[in-house]
Amino acid sequence: MTEITTEKARIGAPSAQPFIDGFTEEGESLSPINAAGSKAPLAGAAAKSHSHGGGVGVPDSSRAGRLTSYSLADFKPLTGMEEDWRFTPLKRLRGLHSEVLSGTAPTVVVTGPEEITVESVGRDDRRIGTAGIPEDRVSANAWENFAGATVVTIPSEFEALTEVSVDIEGTSLDPAAQHLVIVAEKFSKAVVVLNHRGSAIVSENVEIIVEDGASLTVITLQEWNDDAVHASSQQAKIGRDAKLKHVMVSLGGDLVRVTPSARFTAPGGEAEMFGLYFADAGQHLEQRLFVDHAVANCKSNVLYKGALQGRNAHAVWVGDVLIRKEAEGTDTYEANRNLLLTDGARADSVPNLEIETGLIEGAGHASATGRMDDEHLFYLMARGIPEDVARRLVVRGFLNEIIQQIKVPSIEERLTEAVEHELALTDN
Amino acid sequence: MSTLEIKDLHVSIETEQGTKEILKGVSLTIRTGETHAIMGPNGSGKSTLASTIAGHPRYNVTSGSITLDGEDVLEMSVDERARAGVFLAMQYPVEVPGVSMTNFLRTAKTAIDGEAPKLRTWTKDVKAAMEQLRIDADFAQRNVNEGFSGGEKKRVEILQLELFKPKFAILDETDSGLDVDALKVVSEGVNRAHAEGKMGTLLITHYTRILRYIKPDFVHVFVDGQVVEEGGPELADRLEEEGYDRYAKGAGAAAAPAVAQA
Ligand SMILES: Nc1ncnc2c1ncn2[C@@H]1O[C@H](COP(=O)(O)OP(=O)(O)OP(=O)(O)O)[C@@H](O)[C@H]1O
Ligand SMILES: [Mg+2]
Repeated sequence: MTEITTEKARIGAPSAQPFIDGFTEEGESLSPINAAGSKAPLAGAAAKSHSHGGGVGVPDSSRAGRLTSYSLADFKPLTGMEEDWRFTPLKRLRGLHSEVLSGTAPTVVVTGPEEITVESVGRDDRRIGTAGIPEDRVSANAWENFAGATVVTIPSEFEALTEVSVDIEGTSLDPAAQHLVIVAEKFSKAVVVLNHRGSAIVSENVEIIVEDGASLTVITLQEWNDDAVHASSQQAKIGRDAKLKHVMVSLGGDLVRVTPSARFTAPGGEAEMFGLYFADAGQHLEQRLFVDHAVANCKSNVLYKGALQGRNAHAVWVGDVLIRKEAEGTDTYEANRNLLLTDGARADSVPNLEIETGLIEGAGHASATGRMDDEHLFYLMARGIPEDVARRLVVRGFLNEIIQQIKVPSIEERLTEAVEHELALTDN
Repeated sequence: MSTLEIKDLHVSIETEQGTKEILKGVSLTIRTGETHAIMGPNGSGKSTLASTIAGHPRYNVTSGSITLDGEDVLEMSVDERARAGVFLAMQYPVEVPGVSMTNFLRTAKTAIDGEAPKLRTWTKDVKAAMEQLRIDADFAQRNVNEGFSGGEKKRVEILQLELFKPKFAILDETDSGLDVDALKVVSEGVNRAHAEGKMGTLLITHYTRILRYIKPDFVHVFVDGQVVEEGGPELADRLEEEGYDRYAKGAGAAAAPAVAQA
């Protein structure tokens, strides 16, 4: 057996510095809705000031203590020592963290059923800022600099039979800012696919609002050219009995850092978050997700799988799951699995599960990084299958578990082919 | 007519405590049409013999030989051995996540035959073989061995035996974990494959139960990495009554004038 299992999870918030009632770090930016009891840093129309975390009395190492702000100035310049940047090669961000993002943003073309509304709006649109507040400097930099946003709305009670495609095509390598808002109104049902392609250096904020009873699938595909640099903060706010399925696939680009978050705002919500990444030589693919169980009786399930091959292929997965004190009845599980196909590749995998209440249904995590299981190979080869074919079968099978979640046949096919293409590179 | 010949085979494995010799000179010849039963207590090295023939990398052959019609099997890679006609039904079949049975069976068949099977007849063959082994049709869509019960895994091993049509089948405790009905179904599968007259069988078992359904021509008693006694089917009956006690370590080697291998 060659499996190397790493369990770096930290369970429970650091207890040395307890939270003090009434002194939550987000206090000053809470909208009236959220002030009702939720401590999550949820934005609202009136919430465009800033909030501080990591301040006095708030342990920076707890996810609850993370600084959130719409203002770039609130975030200190990055040094690379920060907890959430320690794995990222800052130099390769090509200025996303340090420069004014004034380049031409990738073009956005939306296609889908005609009932869907698509709007290009200015910065002051009331929907902007409803699903989240930037949680890091690169996201805040995009917020500070974006010129306009695209808002895609699935009208209430509408069930889309075909997917909504949002084609995001990069055409310039000047650092740029992008902003998208996806609103799934009450009881609607839809699949929205974000296709990121071309060449770009872009920091993107995606706000996802899943209203009460809605069921939304967001599939974000990063199939950039080799020179692309992409940071994408995708923050979702999930309403009562609403369901979000978020599927992230990163294949192309020099550095791609996706930070999806799911915040429950009312009971009965459900979040499924899946991820697939395939890092080749020199590529840095990073994914940091956050599930904020801020209210009772919500469910979340996270599974990210990655394959790595080639010198200096680097993947990072950090899964922060926070079960706040008021989130009784929570049921959550998160797992990350990495398959190292060659020497010289590196995967960092860190599950963080913080539990502030004992009254939960379940909470678990798993993380494993290893080489291909010799027993799998032996079984297939003992049936006459040559080694290279057997290896491909195993990797394809490993990643298939995520592809099967997409359930849009055309995309599943395309990704299967893309994975085949990556695998063909291994043989050289 | 083919011959699988094992001569004075010594096999060791690397353990944390160092090198450990498990097979201590095993010789065995199997020809097409013959069924050989290997019986022995737990830990005697039966699976080691089976896995070594199939080429599992954990086992190091330190001396001796294995040939198939004169060809050096030990020189072949695992997949080459399978394509040469060696099939191992494993004691603990491995789950391969994300790889569907359908895809797996077709890929293996293509590799073994050197060409893709004709889709229509192949689908029909698979369906028929599954029915005979009482395997539910929906297993074709499931991932290889994933979530199969012990008995289901064994049936699927025999399914492969019937579909791949090897020259030599090595069945490593295919009977263990099966209830009587399943044992019958599985034995019938082996007997069907055997009846085509193109296969030799090495049946590894701990119990005599399966020998009521699959009749061996030869029985070899395996103790501590060696064959300590050999005979016809009647030897199995004696083992049924007396167990392996009389071959107890030490006593075994000494009281084994019947070590017929020479
Ligand atoms: N990986 C291993 N590490 C240490 N010892 C091993 C390993 N594999 C096998 N052995 C030892 O080699 C010996 C033979 O094992 P083997 O599995 O071949 O026996 P067996 O006859 O098939 O037993 P059983 O009837 O239980 O299936 C045993 O003593 C076993 O403990
Ligand atoms: Mg065994």
